[in-house]
Amino acid sequence: MLIRRSPDLTYADITPKSVYLNRRKFLQGMGIAGVVGLAGTRLMDLISPSRDVYAGTKLATVKGPFSTDEKITPFNDVTHYNNFYEFGTDKSDPAKNAQNFKTSPWGVSVEGEVAKPRTFTMDDILKLAPLEERIYRHRCVEAWSIVVPWIGFSLNTVIKLVEPTPKAKYVAFQSFYDLKQMPESRGTGLNYPYVEGLRLDEAMNPLTLLCVGMYGETLPNQDGAPVRMVIPWKYGFKSIKSIVKIKFVKGEPPATWNLMAPSEYGFYSNVNPTVDHPRWSQAKERRLGEIFRRDTLMFNGYGDQVASMYAGMNLKKNY
Amino acid sequence: MHRLLSNKWTKVPVFLICLAPLATLIWRALTGRLGANPVEFLQHATGLWTLRFLIFTLTITPLRKLLKLPELIRFRRMLGLFAFFYVCLHFLTYIGPDQSFNLAAMWKDVEKRRYITVGFLGFVLLIPLAITSTAGWIRRLGGKRWQTLHRSIYIAAICGVIHYYWLVKSDVRNPLFYAALVSILLLWRLGDWFAKKGRLAPAKTEMNRASANAS
Repeated sequence: MLIRRSPDLTYADITPKSVYLNRRKFLQGMGIAGVVGLAGTRLMDLISPSRDVYAGTKLATVKGPFSTDEKITPFNDVTHYNNFYEFGTDKSDPAKNAQNFKTSPWGVSVEGEVAKPRTFTMDDILKLAPLEERIYRHRCVEAWSIVVPWIGFSLNTVIKLVEPTPKAKYVAFQSFYDLKQMPESRGTGLNYPYVEGLRLDEAMNPLTLLCVGMYGETLPNQDGAPVRMVIPWKYGFKSIKSIVKIKFVKGEPPATWNLMAPSEYGFYSNVNPTVDHPRWSQAKERRLGEIFRRDTLMFNGYGDQVASMYAGMNLKKNY
Repeated sequence: MHRLLSNKWTKVPVFLICLAPLATLIWRALTGRLGANPVEFLQHATGLWTLRFLIFTLTITPLRKLLKLPELIRFRRMLGLFAFFYVCLHFLTYIGPDQSFNLAAMWKDVEKRRYITVGFLGFVLLIPLAITSTAGWIRRLGGKRWQTLHRSIYIAAICGVIHYYWLVKSDVRNPLFYAALVSILLLWRLGDWFAKKGRLAPAKTEMNRASANAS
């Protein structure tokens, strides 16, 4: 079944989850009588981190391909354990500091070596193709991993629309950056705006997801709202967040972590248990929720879909 | 102040305060507040508290000299042993969840990863210090030799700071903060040592002259 969204409803019209949850909270509050109850909720707020801070809105989806049947990581973990250095370097920083990040209105400029350059609004993007739910493994370069039900569609849908010229060999991505909204980005050791890149064939691979949501909802700010990439066979930092620009180029584009430490973070950064980070092993990973480490899989277990793109390539050299 | 510091009961609250970080971690564990990656949380917390207790231990001597509070020395052993206590917990999070208690794998890791090597070295250096921290061992070794041995805490602290600096990805602010603290404490000792040498040298020549005159 394909549930179509009402066409006159725009992304900006969607009620942020924080608003409707506050309303619900208020009604709940009416029901709780007396100071004891109030003290109780306060205590609960202290004990368990509050969840009602996201602009999450339900998204209608269809089942997408490539989903794993592994246990999905709890929503609360995926939203409170983030690397989004624009909002601070501690894993708990983005959940706190991205709360007021302004994601509407939003545009993504698709430009460069294409026949039909165009700026997509979020409304455009949400209407480009049926939204699919895809449950992917996500492996961070820091040797932890999660399983996330992302929502989106293959990036190649957009690529086909803008028609790359024969000169286009790579795709460069750029994140939103505004020091005023992201004061915690100061002193984090990276240069902003965050940039990333893919080879054109990697970008065209059906696994490569243009992602607008997760867990049945629009993306929480700290997870890269309103639109991000998800490239499940590469280390997490390749899956750039809060995208404002996609540019088709002739040569290998710059990538933020690669610029910071070229010997540690290569352009490809494919998940590879046999090629270690210079400072730590990539052979194993800790799945959030588990105590002991498990073996890391080649291409994060997506070899069937992607290995052929790297046939004949020295992966130790092209890490 | 002097009386408070030399009271035998003051050690009790200090001991309890030193246990507070552990108590907080246990409380967090029991209430499910160790975050999405509890092992990492415990690893980072115990590592940081090791570094902090090493710094507290190294602060005793400058503090007692600058504030003229010799009684502070009574707390140094306890602080040092707490540094060792937290490094043991830290090491446990590594050998257990990280290495699945596989000693061969651990040793390979220690050999190969420089931040593990230097951290492990710091840990190993603290073991003899913890063992010889008793009054009996001070007697057996003799004050001078004991003191020389226990100067290896300087190296352990430097190892700890390097270990921290080498493991972060790009944000080096925290490691640099701890490196600065350790540097200040060690440079103060260097300055103190030079000052002492400066004081002793003229005193010695005075003494030599005096003895020469006497003969």
